[in-house]
Amino acid sequence: MAESTMTTVANQRPSGERVPRLQLKDISKTFGAVRALSHVDFEVYAGEVIGLVGDNGAGKSTLIKTMSGVNIPDEGDILIDGQKVAIASPTDSTRLGIETVYQDLALCDNLDVVANLWLGREAKIPIIPRIFNNLNETEMERRTLEVLRTLDVKIPSVRVPVAALSGGQRQSIAVAKTILRNPKVVLLDEPTAALGVPQTRQVLNLILRLKEQGLAVVVISHNLHDVFEVVDRVVVMRLGRRAGTFDIKNTTPERVVAAITGAEFGDAPSAEV
Amino acid sequence: METKNRPPLTGIAGTVVQSEPEKRTIRTLLRNDLGFIPVLLTLLVIAVYFEITTNGIFLDPGNLSNLTQQIVPIGIVSCAAVLVLILGEIDLSLAAVAQACSGVTAVLSVYQGWNPWLAILAGLLTGTVIGLVNGFFIAYLRVPSFIVTLAGSIGYAGMLLIILGKQSTLIVRDEVIRNLAPVYLDGIAGIGLPLLALAGYVGAVLYDQRTRARAELKVKTPSQLALQLGGISLFVILLVVLFQVDRGPDQAKVHGIPQSTMIWIGLVALMWVTLKRTPVGRHLYAVGGSVEGARRAGINVVMLKMGVFAAASTIAAFGGIMLLSRSTAVATAINPTLLLSAIAAAVIGGVSLFGGRGSIWAVVLGSLVIGALDSGLNLLNQEQSVKNIVQGVVLVLAVTLDALARRGNATRR
Repeated sequence: MAESTMTTVANQRPSGERVPRLQLKDISKTFGAVRALSHVDFEVYAGEVIGLVGDNGAGKSTLIKTMSGVNIPDEGDILIDGQKVAIASPTDSTRLGIETVYQDLALCDNLDVVANLWLGREAKIPIIPRIFNNLNETEMERRTLEVLRTLDVKIPSVRVPVAALSGGQRQSIAVAKTILRNPKVVLLDEPTAALGVPQTRQVLNLILRLKEQGLAVVVISHNLHDVFEVVDRVVVMRLGRRAGTFDIKNTTPERVVAAITGAEFGDAPSAEV
Repeated sequence: METKNRPPLTGIAGTVVQSEPEKRTIRTLLRNDLGFIPVLLTLLVIAVYFEITTNGIFLDPGNLSNLTQQIVPIGIVSCAAVLVLILGEIDLSLAAVAQACSGVTAVLSVYQGWNPWLAILAGLLTGTVIGLVNGFFIAYLRVPSFIVTLAGSIGYAGMLLIILGKQSTLIVRDEVIRNLAPVYLDGIAGIGLPLLALAGYVGAVLYDQRTRARAELKVKTPSQLALQLGGISLFVILLVVLFQVDRGPDQAKVHGIPQSTMIWIGLVALMWVTLKRTPVGRHLYAVGGSVEGARRAGINVVMLKMGVFAAASTIAAFGGIMLLSRSTAVATAINPTLLLSAIAAAVIGGVSLFGGRGSIWAVVLGSLVIGALDSGLNLLNQEQSVKNIVQGVVLVLAVTLDALARRGNATRR
């Protein structure tokens, strides 16, 4: 049973020499009297999908927000490709190649797919440089089609308003939007929540495509079934600590659930919350 | 939760990503390209009704020419309203700003003897400053725009009273200001400019078609293209020709496009290009669709909102100056129907009150509907009371349709 704790898995990985794409070391964060994260280590490698699971309030979101620059940790280091970096804002995080897809997707329903994908960094043709730029719709549409093909996303048209798409398609558009920026790491917050079966399949398929592209992917999910379909490793958060790491090849959902609820780890910190 | 044997997660065979909708149903067409058809039909019904009830006076070239000039102030203020509406906000101070700024221009011209162009510029800049003040409260301090601009409209009306002093109306005698609106254009300005604009449009569409074909994107079929370009060319040329018809009391003197109408249409065309073809315009629609989405995409929402309110007030000031030119005087009493007519024109034309939806061309159709009702009821010697009631009913109808369309969109998800 205890084989699947953090240390054993870390030793098993062939990554003794391999440098993680994104690594968090000894991260702590408190909100007032609440200790949201205490001494958490986390790492994700290129071409790997990590599932981040845990009960409500276990610290998953705080951890993700630390990576995406929304929260600044009180202690600890963040490393990208072995280099220590400072992430003080979402802009920093984006600049360093970390893209986050939040649960609410933040799409503009009234704009079409192309406009949404390129929002904020549209391709332009300068008519009068710096004063009057024309949108380069042709270029944007061409690249949009390219990205959607790479990710195997199927939508009726890239010129329909996003409001007309299904939940899975919208999730796919939100992910495709991050891909346009050539990120190193993609963080997905509950990507399959509130999706139907075929749509969930579509999104899981998309996650595998991201992995094929050599990206490091972190998926927060409540749904262990989905997690086990696409991830390589599962990191379990519990009461602000990393309660365990499981290689998907030699564990079962039951053991992960046990780690989430703390059934297996009677030594869970008690007084700290 | 048996998971060991992962089912193959292959895509459904054959990636189908198209650049154009497969089926263009009447519903999608009405929501997009042909969204103006219902308004156009309404306009036709109104025209036919008044043509019959006024025994042919309504569609008289003289009356039509008058109509296009009457609606210019409403139309310009409506342009300002559209900018704010697209953002999902509202500006209730536009009419007060329009008149306060035209007051500034009038006073500088009459009392201070300023050069007319400088007086006009000062009026416009006053509008910009007022807009920045509005925008500061709305975008930076996040006070609801409804309250800020409602309070503003009262305040700016007060400002107008101070500017004009004891006089209740101030008549402007300067020829430049007086001649802004009521001049008729023909020759190069009246015939050449519209045709040049048309040629530019046709060229842009053809260029677009060619670059899309080169990028191997889906292009319009030749018949679609011919229909689009032919229809619009025919429309523009017909208008230009119609405006050259002699009209006026003695059927001889007056012909050409009214300068005020020309300026207004030019403003609409300029705003159309900005909204549809530039990043700023795209960002405006984005903020109207989802503020959070726009913010996360790196758009500076606060600055954009400030800019929009500043632009809206400047345009409103311009509308006020055109009104000053047409009526040759500025009054201390704020025109009670200007604001609602302007917002109504935008909404009737299809600009959503809920933000993010609608084209600037809406103001042309909407203003025509409002102007036609007003003109027709005038010809029928109806009282202001009746005109007010009719306008109120039309506005409620337009807003109701907008709300229904929005609900229809939401349920299609």
